Amino acid sequence: MPDPRIAGAGVTQFGKHPERTGRDLFADAGLEALDQSGVEPEDVDALYYGNFMGELAEHQGHQGPLMAEAIGIDAPATRLEAACASAGAAVREAVKTLRNGESEVVVVGGAERMTNIGTAAATDALAIAADDLYEVRAGMTFPGAYALMARAYFAEYGGSHEDLGHVAVKNHEHALVNDHAQIQSEITLDEAMEAPTIAAPLGLYDSCPITDGAAAAVLTTEEYAAEHDLDAPVVISGSGQGGDNLALQDRPHLARTPAAEKAAEEAYADAGIEAGDVDVAEVHDCFTIAEVLAIESLGLFDPGEGIHAATEGVTTRHGEMPVNLSGGLKAKGHPVGATGVAQLATIAWVLDGTHPRADAVPDGRVGVAHNAGGTVASTTVHVLEVRE
Amino acid sequence: MTETSRNGEYDDWLDSIEAGEGYYVECDEGHGWLPPRRVCPDCGSRELREEPLPDSGEIATHTTITVATPQFEDDAPYVTAIADFGPVSVTGLVRGVDPEDVSMADVVGIEVGERETTGERAVVFRPR
Ligand SMILES: [Zn+2]
Repeated sequence: MPDPRIAGAGVTQFGKHPERTGRDLFADAGLEALDQSGVEPEDVDALYYGNFMGELAEHQGHQGPLMAEAIGIDAPATRLEAACASAGAAVREAVKTLRNGESEVVVVGGAERMTNIGTAAATDALAIAADDLYEVRAGMTFPGAYALMARAYFAEYGGSHEDLGHVAVKNHEHALVNDHAQIQSEITLDEAMEAPTIAAPLGLYDSCPITDGAAAAVLTTEEYAAEHDLDAPVVISGSGQGGDNLALQDRPHLARTPAAEKAAEEAYADAGIEAGDVDVAEVHDCFTIAEVLAIESLGLFDPGEGIHAATEGVTTRHGEMPVNLSGGLKAKGHPVGATGVAQLATIAWVLDGTHPRADAVPDGRVGVAHNAGGTVASTTVHVLEVRE
Repeated sequence: MTETSRNGEYDDWLDSIEAGEGYYVECDEGHGWLPPRRVCPDCGSRELREEPLPDSGEIATHTTITVATPQFEDDAPYVTAIADFGPVSVTGLVRGVDPEDVSMADVVGIEVGERETTGERAVVFRPR
């Protein structure tokens, strides 16, 4: 069946907007996506919307209809929650409804408001993506969970905190020209190494910031795009999702993320591609170690090899396999519920040549977006391809 | 928060650790889990029986947390670890050792302690 097309996308500036409501942020992204798409708002059949901590941060549940209203669409609207993979899950629902013929035009998006509650409360809110009884009550934080995975990775495969520092340096450099990014400043390896520790061995520069922001995209069918003469050269050709035990303690491997491996396998098979066909990737680097785990689970690097990818320059914009040209969550920021759609937008813009870092892959045809929830108990992977 | 309400089998399990009679649950295929479990996530078995938790475990991975949630504010810095007890692994706070000196494969015993910040119970590991 014909693959859904990306007709338009919008992303707010990611950063600290403590005074702006979620609905206001989402309106920015959603209206930009609608305007760019050339779609009439009355043609939108559904909204799928990702959000994680709305109840805690804004005392606002039931955000689906609220967000539809905020962008002036009269359509059924559903919020999806899969921790940091909420928007990836929303994309997957949108792909399904377009493929099965239920919908012709869908808005997919997400938003998160986080800085208004401060660092401690945001740390607390993020922590509940872990198992409350067995992890949160044992003091596990979100950075703490990834620190446990980092140490397990080093023990199993080798590598060092310095290798992780190279991931941070790379992603900050990538973000320099991304006006959507929360942090547009370079860091040196020394700065990354000397930054205060938040959860040993991870330091402040191994962690994404706390971010407010929203992202949205308009997806449509092949037929609708042709009938309405839309400029939509990028398709979503593959979609996959994988799951795992919620608690790290219940998993056989702490240095691998099988949920992402499953999602990648499914998405590649769906698209009829292999890992070797991928030209560019946006992956879920909420922490530097997460990028390493992600690129291995996507099959772009063998287990144990991903840790050296940034150090050796392979995943920089000058390398063979550029990863996180947007700056990633590390520098672009991570408004949790918006991240999966922001990744989708980035890959679409890289492939259609409009992203400021698109020159890293001038002939790029295939990109993947990897969006992980919690300690990768939920993962979505989407394959995007240029198809004129 | 949750100080006044019990969390069923989880609090029963903490009670058992406190009494020195810790257990885990296991299916016929030998997959081990911590309660509450109605079904083995690995094989789908609903025949789970209680088995004694081994006396000691080994640190499988650990971190020293300096930026804590409000519920652990006064505890920080503290060490959280996953310890491998054979059939099951358990997450807990490592006490009785300088954070700098916690290492992979350290042998620990399990007990129940209190969080400094809230006084709530928490799983605690101590070097053996
Ligand atoms: Zn079993």
